[in-house]
This record gives sequence, C-alpha cells and structure tokens, in this order.
Amino acid sequence: MKPHIPETRLDEIRNQAALGQLDAKGVRPPGSPFPEANSYYGLPIVKPPVWTWEIPLYFFTGGAAGASSVIALTAQMTGASKSLIRDARWIAALGAAASGPLLILDLGRPERFLNMLRVFKPQSPMSVGAWTLTAFGTASAGAVIAELLRMKRAGDAAAFIAALSGLVMATYTGVLLGATAIPVWSRHARSLPIHFGASALSSAVSLLVLRGHDEQALNALGLAAAAFETYMGIEIESGDDVESEPLRKGTTGLTTRIGGFFSGPLPLALRLLGIRSKRARRVAAASALLGSILTRVAWIEAGKASAADPRPHLL
Amino acid sequence: MPVTGFLTDSTLCIGCKACEVACKEWNDVPDDGFVWSGLSYDNTLALGHSTYRHVKFVEREPKSGCGGNAGERVTWEFSSDVCKHCENAGCLEACPTGSIVRTEFGSVFVQPDICNGCGYCVVSCPFGVIDRRPDDGRAFKCTFCYDRQKAGAEPACAKACPTGSILFGRLDDLERAADRRIAQLHASGMTDAAIWNPKETSVGGTHAFFLVRGDARAYNLPPKPEVPTTLLKQSWSAAAMAAGAMVGLSLVAFLTSSNSRRGAK
Repeated sequence: MKPHIPETRLDEIRNQAALGQLDAKGVRPPGSPFPEANSYYGLPIVKPPVWTWEIPLYFFTGGAAGASSVIALTAQMTGASKSLIRDARWIAALGAAASGPLLILDLGRPERFLNMLRVFKPQSPMSVGAWTLTAFGTASAGAVIAELLRMKRAGDAAAFIAALSGLVMATYTGVLLGATAIPVWSRHARSLPIHFGASALSSAVSLLVLRGHDEQALNALGLAAAAFETYMGIEIESGDDVESEPLRKGTTGLTTRIGGFFSGPLPLALRLLGIRSKRARRVAAASALLGSILTRVAWIEAGKASAADPRPHLL
Repeated sequence: MPVTGFLTDSTLCIGCKACEVACKEWNDVPDDGFVWSGLSYDNTLALGHSTYRHVKFVEREPKSGCGGNAGERVTWEFSSDVCKHCENAGCLEACPTGSIVRTEFGSVFVQPDICNGCGYCVVSCPFGVIDRRPDDGRAFKCTFCYDRQKAGAEPACAKACPTGSILFGRLDDLERAADRRIAQLHASGMTDAAIWNPKETSVGGTHAFFLVRGDARAYNLPPKPEVPTTLLKQSWSAAAMAAGAMVGLSLVAFLTSSNSRRGAK
C-alpha cells in the first residue's frame, strides 16, 4: 500500500532541500542547523552505569542482611525470643555470604576483587562499602559459627560488630548512588540512604515474618518502613524536576511506581491489618520483599536513563 | 616536575581528526565502532573507553559580524575534546582500589595493572570521560600520554595536530597563552571567544581547558560541573540519621511489644 502523500509535498521537499532545511521527521541533512539549542546534538554528557543485575540484587541482599543484624542485636538487648535472635543472625550471615559473590561477579576483572582492600578511602563510598562488607561478612559469619560451637560470648561480640557494620550495610548504598554525577541519583543524595535503609529494614522484617516469627514488634517495624516508603513514593510522584524524570516517565518510571506500590502503600495497609491478622502479615512480607528488589532495580535503571539526558548538566 | 596541561583552541581546529588517529595509534586503543551518525562529520560522537580524543563538529546559525560569510547557512566550528584532568577529579576520588592516581605531571592516570573494573569511576566523572571497556573489563581514559611525558615528549595528539589547535605545555604558561589568544581574538572582532575552565566550581579547574566561541554548551561543556564528593557530607548525614532511626525504632518496637505481650498474659 502506498502512503498518502499529496503531490504538493514533493514540491515542498524540493524547495526545502534547495534551502538546505528539510523539516521531514527523522531527516537531518548535513549542513542544516541542528535543532537542539545549547547542547551538542542532544548527546549525553555523563556515562551510564555499567552495572548489571548483580548490583540491585546485592543492594537487596546486603541491605536485608545488614538490617537483620540490627534486629538481632536490638532483639537481644530487649530480651526477645531466642529463636528470633538466632534466625536474624542467620539471615545476616547468609545475606552477607550472597553479597560478596554478587559484588565480585559484577567486577570487570573479578579475579582482582582483593584490590578493593589495597587502600581505604573514606571519600569513596565504594571503598567504604567494600571494607564494610568485609567486616560485616566476617562478623555475621562469626556470630552464627560461634553459636554453633556454643561460644556464647564470642558470638555476642561478633553479633555486636555485625550490627554496627550492618547499619552501614543497610544505608551506605544510598550514599553510593547519591554521591555520583548521575542527575537522578545526586538529586536524591539526601533521601536515598534513608530510602534504602527503610527498604532494607522492611526486607529483614519480611524475611523474619516469612520464617514464622509473629512478634508484633516486627510488624511495627515493617509498618514504620512501609510508611516511609509510601512517603518516598509521594515525594517522587509530586516532584516536577527534570533530574527525577526517569522515576516518573517511561519504563523506568513504571518500574519505580510498581516497586513503590509493593514497598509502600500495599504493605502499609496489610501490616495495619496485620496487627490482628497473621495472613495479612505474611502477604505484606511477600509484597515488601518484591517491592524492595524492584525498587533497587528501578533506581539502577533510572540512573541509566538519567545519564542519557544532557539537560540537567546544561542548565 | 612541572604541572602540564592541554589548551585546545577551537578557533584553530580544522576538524582533521589527526589527534584521534595519533592517540589511537600511539596508545594502541581498539576500535570504537564504525558508525555513520548523521550528525555533521562527527562519527566518533563521544569520549569513551576506546576514545581518548574526540573532535566535535558544531554547526550553528551564523551571527552577523565575524565568522561565516553572509551567504552561508551555518557556521562550522570544531573542537577536540579530551579528558579534562580535573583539579578535583571525581574518578580519582571514587576509585576504591587506588588504581586512579595523580601523576607527577598533575594528570589523572588509571593504572591498568590495578583496576578491577568496579565501574564506580564511570558514574563519578562529571564529563562522561572514563568508561569500562566491555571486552577487557577495566576502565580506560586519556593517559595524558604518561609514557611519552615520562620520556620528555609531548602527548601524541598535540604533536600530530597540524594547526596548533592542541597546545601542550606547562599549565601556567598555557593559561597565559590562552589570555593572550583571547585578547587577540577579541581585538580582531571575535568577541564571543572565551575560555572554558570551571575554576569557580568544586571541580576547581581543569588541566585540559578549552577556547571556544559562543555558548560552550554547544560543545557539551557543562557550565557548572561539580565533583560528586561535594555530596558526601549530606548523603552520609542522611545515612547516619537512617541508621539511628533504625536502632531507635527497633528498640522502641521490641520494648513496647514485649510490654504489651506481658500485659496480655
């Protein structure tokens, strides 16, 4: 089938071509003034992150493990049930054990992962993170191994160190993204650590709930995290800054929104019901875990989309 | 050792891409794709893991006065882009392995035997210069011909440049040369010629700086680049707050719920 082009259009094209200014869609003849004012052909200024699926998954496992070690310690300090403390410690240890390989897998030269420990640079969140994971991995593994060996005092000491480093584990990933040249991340440098911390806490609580722990304290913590995640979603939705557009538009916007729904409003409502209903707590846990993973994926993908947009840099 | 730099003068550039070729050959850089972009004569498009010099072809509507004849529909300007070798370099600060270092020439250099390809420098460069080479796994960018400078030679691109558009020398000498060149251009009527060197931002100036005409944004040279380390304080403060809240909330949650449990029993 022939496209319907009026004969006069051909004259128009000839006249425009003679002037060197074809206005047809998708045609940019050499010599025509480029349309993007004050930018180099609208080409990107910064490079997109090279990180693949391992990094958002690491943000999830590392965050959940870190928050879990904090729960283990506070539960111990307040005299909560022994099985809750033990399971929280195990989640921390297993999460840390999964985190290391994920980070190493994402390296361009995985065999050189030990170079991360060549230097310590407080001005590099990546360096702080590598050292924190090393400390956290060792301490959280030490805590469960000591428990297996019935060395209570050593186990408690290790669990204490795990909780301290776990606090960094749960939040530093927000700094890692925030302190970069990627507009959508740096714009949220202040909120990302809290956002990721809340997501981590929510995941840790959810894993413990799914493991069969019914303490109201867990539900209360989950409520607080889901409330913050709901607030974060509202903040993202209500903004109109050009930097945050990837969180609202396109595929990355959709992922952010779905991740936000499963992290914020849905578990918030379910955990409110969960004050009385065990089943609601279980469903809330599943939703929060899915939401946490999706949210981490959404932030990385939004960073990639953000890098492609030169506008924030040229304001 | 004196601090050296590049002054790239776009008013002298003829867009021959000899700098790109010289850089590729001397540094043995792999191909960066054979594509026709359709964007003027620029088929290189951007600096990257396998592109350390990139000639930009900027087309603009001519303004009355100097530059472009009245009959021309566009002005055509060229400028060879390169790693800026920032005074406060985002990539260097971000590098967790210490692979990226400051050399005795003041340049920023990636030690290929140290880099483990973590990719954090890639998102920390405010100019999109450094990138990870997919088949190699390590990060690459302009070396400022560290090997040649070590031997007392000028970088390959500067040596190959046929018009003197790429000037290499001591940074303080180049800054004086740039001022002289600007005065000369302004005197001859090119009043829109200016130096791009973000000294007043957190980047603190660059060792490779540029003389361009008109709005530097047309060359994708950002007017207010910031080194990401400026965000650390606010971001870590937020992290500390989040950590504090996590501990506080957990303690409160366990204390109040254990109380209520006792009450119920």
